[in-house]
This record gives sequence, structure tokens and C-alpha cells, in this order.
Amino acid sequence: MTMKTKNILLSLLLVLCTSAFAQEAPKGDVLFKGGTVLTITNGALENTDVLVRDGKISRIGKGLRAPNGVETVDITGKFLMPGIIDAHSHIAGSAINEGTSQVTAEVSMEDVVDPYDVSIYRALAGGVTSIHLMHGSANVIGGQNETMKLRWGQTDPDMLRFEGAPRTIKFALGENPTRGARARGIQPQSRMGIEMMLRNSFSEAQEYEKRWKAYNASKDPKKVAPEYDLRMQTLVDILNGEVLVHCHSYRADEIYMLLKVFSDFNIPRLTFQHANEAYKVAPELAAFGATASVFADWWAYKLEVYYSTAYNAAILHENGVLTSINSDSGELIRHLFHEAAKTQKYGNLSDDEALAMITLNPAKQLGIDNRVGSIEVGKDADIAIFDNHPLSIYAVPQMTFVDGVKYFDINNDKADQRIYIDPESSIEEVTLFEKMDYNHRCMEGAAIFFGQNLINHQH
Amino acid sequence: MKKLNSYLIACLLTIVSTMAIAQEDDQVLKAEYGKFALTNAKIYTVTKGVIENGTLVINNGIIEAVGANVQIPNDAKVIDVAGKEIYPGMIDGGTTLGLNEIGSIAEAQDYREYGAITPQMEALTAVNPNAVTIPVTRVSGVTTVWTMPQGGVLPGTAAAINLFGYTPDQMYAGQRGIVMNFPSTAGGRRWRRLSEDEIKKRQERAMKEINETWDKAELYAKIENAEDVRNYPEIEALVPVVKGETPIFIEVNAAQDILNAIEWIKGRGYKQVVLTGVAEGWRVADEIAESGYPVIAGPVQAIPTRSSDSFDAAYANPGIMSKAGVKVALRTMDNENARNLPYHAGFAAAYGMGKEEALKAITINAAEILGVGDQIGSIEVGKKANFFVSTGDPFETATKITDLFIDGYKVPMTSRHIRLYDEFLNRATGVDKTKPAIEIKKK
Repeated sequence: MTMKTKNILLSLLLVLCTSAFAQEAPKGDVLFKGGTVLTITNGALENTDVLVRDGKISRIGKGLRAPNGVETVDITGKFLMPGIIDAHSHIAGSAINEGTSQVTAEVSMEDVVDPYDVSIYRALAGGVTSIHLMHGSANVIGGQNETMKLRWGQTDPDMLRFEGAPRTIKFALGENPTRGARARGIQPQSRMGIEMMLRNSFSEAQEYEKRWKAYNASKDPKKVAPEYDLRMQTLVDILNGEVLVHCHSYRADEIYMLLKVFSDFNIPRLTFQHANEAYKVAPELAAFGATASVFADWWAYKLEVYYSTAYNAAILHENGVLTSINSDSGELIRHLFHEAAKTQKYGNLSDDEALAMITLNPAKQLGIDNRVGSIEVGKDADIAIFDNHPLSIYAVPQMTFVDGVKYFDINNDKADQRIYIDPESSIEEVTLFEKMDYNHRCMEGAAIFFGQNLINHQH
Repeated sequence: MKKLNSYLIACLLTIVSTMAIAQEDDQVLKAEYGKFALTNAKIYTVTKGVIENGTLVINNGIIEAVGANVQIPNDAKVIDVAGKEIYPGMIDGGTTLGLNEIGSIAEAQDYREYGAITPQMEALTAVNPNAVTIPVTRVSGVTTVWTMPQGGVLPGTAAAINLFGYTPDQMYAGQRGIVMNFPSTAGGRRWRRLSEDEIKKRQERAMKEINETWDKAELYAKIENAEDVRNYPEIEALVPVVKGETPIFIEVNAAQDILNAIEWIKGRGYKQVVLTGVAEGWRVADEIAESGYPVIAGPVQAIPTRSSDSFDAAYANPGIMSKAGVKVALRTMDNENARNLPYHAGFAAAYGMGKEEALKAITINAAEILGVGDQIGSIEVGKKANFFVSTGDPFETATKITDLFIDGYKVPMTSRHIRLYDEFLNRATGVDKTKPAIEIKKK
């Protein structure tokens, strides 16, 4: 074999390897014909067509023609909206909490994506196209989250990643982290301790960054690099605004505390998750520019949500706080369009405002609003089709597309949608309803510290 | 004098109603009682069709007249509800309302007693009439709930309660029933999965316990009047079921368990039987219909019981059973969010049950299955005034409830959620208005 052939073979191998590892997600072409298009940013357009080319929305208008080879989907009488985005989910995660320390910024949900979880298909059957797979709330600074596209059927976890989405991380305040610490006899066991844990962590990260800056700036040929610490580096990335913080929180005082900590450390962006009492400090949130991702109506499952109101989202919105409605549940995620409609009962939001709570607003909170969250030319063709207006109780999702590729079609919905069946399970398991159990996973994996009985209600 | 009296009453009523509209600081809204006429309403009676432009007259808690051409009594307080709709109060066939104030705090929960066989425990005793959850639920149009003890095999005696009153007895809607959790062949939960063998053993052990208990109850029923019969509260509590005087509510969900339960009850021959939960009822709908037992199904907004099931199995379940001929009521099996009952019904309606059947499932069917169908569940002369006025279809999420009557009382449309909204929508900035909301040192 000559050197030349060897080189050719080597480069061929290299090409093969690269394509095997960096495969592109499938993209589709389709023309949606004659539906009511709920654009979010430009109102409802009646009898309008949407043309998708190579996974992107290429034209919106009337009387569009399908180019050669592009399938036409007649949606006359139906409603087309942007795919729903859930800013707080734990489906498709094979682990949720790394609870061994109160600060675990080094771990990431990207390592535990489970493409076989049938919940993905069921979320698609509720019009959902993207989720924010979050770390749990057992510790103050949890792990990094993963923003995903629900490309059901892809078995490579990387194929479900929302390519190009900013990094995000979970923080948690209040009862969950303090309960865990109490069980183990460590700090923080109070909201005072949580503040100090956050301030100490950021101060340490600043010192870490300083050491590296000094090292990089040094011209000393004998200089020795500081120890690399992924946990500290992640905190530095937060300080530099490269990792967006999504903080589990409930009470107004702890929300206000975090605003002050972030203000002191000059961290510009912040989203509060759950935030049941955010309505009490809505003007402060608005002044900071912080955003909130809340439940439509969940409350009273623990003390820190006892003083909630179902009008939370509306109060926040009316006070100028960017707000989304999330699920945190494998059940609720299937009808977020209905959860969003509750803002019309509890606060009279308009159709566009209500729908933005599950599309454009969560997209902004995840930093992906340049790609998804509305029906606009140039955006990804992540689309949900409903038979009735999605804010109606009678709305049944019909089809769901990600990048122009159809992943759910109610007319082609054979019952068993699993793509993996446990070979060790001879009889199929029947999981019975138990309130606040099977689908609430915020504290899952932290069970060992608290005993099982306590887990049922700990979002 | 009589005229003067009615004039005075009218004046008083006007004052009261003005107070109800303008709630001032520190003013408390109270329920009103007496004679009311609601006019110009579209009335969904549920049992006797829809009345366009109808009038509903309430006198001393009872529906006195309903129809299109009803004489309005001179002394009635008239409430014009033009453009609005009237429905019977919604009935949730399964909750822990009043027994559970805060989910994570044991001290705030009274729905679970120690021991597996505790049917003598009365839910009604522990109902807190002042629970914050109660007004939050009723302002969404849910006027009556079945509130249930939980856990074990025979956790206690459930009760139907109206969501207004100052004592449990005032709230009591006229029916109690024994709750029994039928031993399950299902495989446990996410947290602890059992092997086939473990499940079988667990189920056999539980059936043995149940049979021994009911054998005792049947024996006790025969000898209870004999001398020297010792006090045996948990067995005594079951005797009315044996005699057919009190209904038994059997919680059963997996398909095989439903069939087992039907066979078991038929063998025992108890007369008043209701199946509850019935999550996999759609798999054995014909067998349930054949048994003749009614069903309280739900929650409807739930994930399917098996990962191989269609995504909409739980949504479609009530409709499939109903179409097979089963009498179906619905429940949320929730506590603080039992207010979402109309949405559970709405999902059932959208996934095959249809609006009319779904409305019956949370009104007249629920009332009849709970044994209070002669008093509530529809808008008929002689029934209790349990109803609400809405801006439209109560299943539609955006619809608002504007007026509420429970047990004849016009109950104020307020709750802590509403009061917090009123306070915080346009919150005062703070003590010093010149200061910004927060000092921000952002980049």
C-alpha cells in the first residue's frame, strides 16, 4: 500500500466516522394548506398556507403551491400553531437528581437523555415539540439542563438535542434543598443558609477565575496551571452569562433574595421556575428583567405553595414580567394548551398572550426564540395542528412536526408506540394512578435521603 | 303592615346586595338566604332539557319553580342573568377535600388512619368546613364532593358534602359509604416494582384478609341483637353494607382486578355497590355493563396505565364505558384542584363521551350513584338549590362562573386566590414611592 492510498483510506475513514458521529437530524418539506394559522407574533391568519422547506418555514400566505415532490397536508378547518415548548420537564431523563452535594454544577442532563421514554411520544401527542429536561431540585446549585427537540424514534440521545441552544442550569431554593440538608445534618437548613451557599459559591468561582486569568496572563516560562475544576468553571460561565440560570423557587422572599444575589454578582439573566409567589414581587421581577415559568394552577401540595393564586401568571404578565406556563409532569405536558387557556379564566389574557405562554415566552427563557416559538418565515418548522382552537377544551391534537418531519399523526396512531420493550418483563406493568406520584420527579433520586413517603409532593 | 314588611325586606336586600358588589377593606362577604328569582337565563336542567330565556325561583333553599313562563314572586330578590347559563352544581365523585389542607404536612392531613381495616373512621368528622381549599373549589362551580378516607384495605366511611356550611353536619349532603381498596394484581409504582410472585402473594394475602373481615361482618349482622355480643366497631361499621342499607365503594383499576372485584361482590351478594377509579374499565366495559354496577371514573386527565396503551386511554375511558351501557360519574381524585372537575369532564367529552353525557356524569349521574339524586344533580322543582351561573359552556376553560348557590345559599364569589389577585395585580410599589422596586447593579 502506497503512502498515498493509505492517506486516501485514512481520510475516507475519517469522513465515515465524522458522518457517523455528527449525523444531521432529519428535515422535512411540507405544505400546510388552508388552515387558521396562529402565528403568536402576528395574530391569527385565517385560511392561510404555510410552506416548509428543508425543515424551515419558508413562506406564509394564501394560495401557495406545493413545489415538485413536496407533500400537501390539507388543514382546512383546522388550527396550526407553533410547537409547544415546555420550559420545565423531567420526561426522557434516566436520572434526575445528583444529590450528593449541595453544589453539583459539573453534572449535566445531557448524559442521561433517554430516547426510549414513551412519554416523549405522548408529549408529541399533546402538540409539544421541545422540552427543557431539567435537573431536580434536591440541591441549591444542581446540574445543567438539556434543551431538547422531541424527535421520537431517534435512538441516539444526541439526535434529540436542540442543537445550538444555550446552556442552562438548575438552582433550587426553599423547602427541597433545606429538607435534604436537614436529613443529612449539613448546611443549608434555612433560607439564610441558601443565600450564603450561593454567595460563597460565586465568590469561590470568582477566585478560581482570577487564578486562571493570572496564569493565562503570566509570561513566566515556569508558570504552573491552576487545577482545572469543572464545577468552578461552570459557575464562572454562569457569572459570565454563558449559562442561563433556571431557579426552582416558590416564596416571594427567596425570589427577592436571588434577585439581590444576582444583582451583586452582575449576572444579567434569570428565570424563576414554579415561582408560585412571584406575583407578590412582580414589580421587582420586572425591574430586574427576570422571567418566570409557572404552573397554571397547582398549589397547596406543600407549605411554600399554600399562599398561591391561580392568577399568578396573569399578575406577572400584567406587571411586565415575561412568563411561561410549564408542566413539570409527564401528564400535564400532554395538555399545556389547556393549561395556557387557564390564564383566560384566571386573568382574561388574549388568545395571543395565552398561547405565547407555551410557545414564544418559554423559547425566550431558553434562548431559542430565534429558532422556534412562533410561525415566522425562517424559523424551524416545529408545528402542531389541532382540530379546534387549541385554547378550547375540545381541542384534540391532530399532527405534530419537528423540523418539518411528522412525529405524531392521530390518524396513524397505533396504540403501542414503544420503541423499546424490557425483555425481562414478562407481563406488562400496570401503573395505577396515585396523586402526585408517578409523574412528579423533581425530587426523584433524592428519595434515599428522605424516605419514600415524603417524595410524593415535592416539586 | 305586611306590605311594609316586604318593603323593608326589599330595602335590606338591596343594601346587602350592594355590599356584596363593593367589598371594602375589612368587610366580610356573607352568604344570603331567602327567596330569589334568576331571570332571562339559558337553563340546562340536565334531566328536563334546556330552557331558553328561563326563570328559576328559589325559596328557602329549594327550587320552587323553573321554566320559560314562570311567575316571579313579588318578594323575591331578582337577579337578571341575561346572556348567561345556569347549570346544576357540579359533583366530584372522589376527593379528599376538607380532609387535606397542605399536601406535604402530616399535621394538615386527616384522610388516613392507622391500620388496614378501619371502616368505622368517619370522613365527615374530620371535614374542616373552613379549609381554604373549599371556597377555591366552589367558585369554579363544584358544589358537592365525595370526600374519601385513603389507604389500607377498608380505610373508612366517605361522605357526600356540599361545599358550604359552618359545621360538617351543615355540609353533609345526605350519603355516606364504606370505601374498600380491592387487592390489586397490578405491579406497584415507579418507586418500587414488585415481581410477579410478590404481586401474587400480596394479592392472596389481601384477599384472605378481606374475606375474613366480611365473613365476620356477615356473622355479626346475624347476631348483633343477641346478648353478650361484644363491641367490635370496625366490624359493626360493615353491617349496614351486608344488610344493603349503605353502599360500598370499591376502588379497583386494573382490568383483571375489575373482573375479580365483580365476581367477588356477586359472590357476596351485597346490594349497593359502586366501582371507583376503574382506570382500565375500557378493557372490560361490556363485563362492567353486564354487572349492572355503576362507576365513578377518574381522574380523566391521567397518563395511561400501561406504557403500551394509546396516549388517550385515560381520556377515552369514560366514553367507552358509557357507550357500553355503564352508568358513569366522574371524579378528579384531587384535593386543592378538584376545581378542575369541568376540565376532566371536558376531556372525556372531547374524547368520545360527548358533551351531554359528560355533563350528566358530573351532575345527575354522580348524584344518583352517590344516592342523593332525589335532592341534587339537576334543576328540578323540589330539589335543593345547588347550581351556578356561568358565562357559557362550563367545560370551556375560559368560561367564568358568576353566581353560585349551594343548599339554597347565595354564596359569595370569593376565595383566597381571588383576594390575592385583587391585592397584587396592581400592588403598591412600597412605603417610599421615590425608591425603585429593587436596587440593581446589573452590567
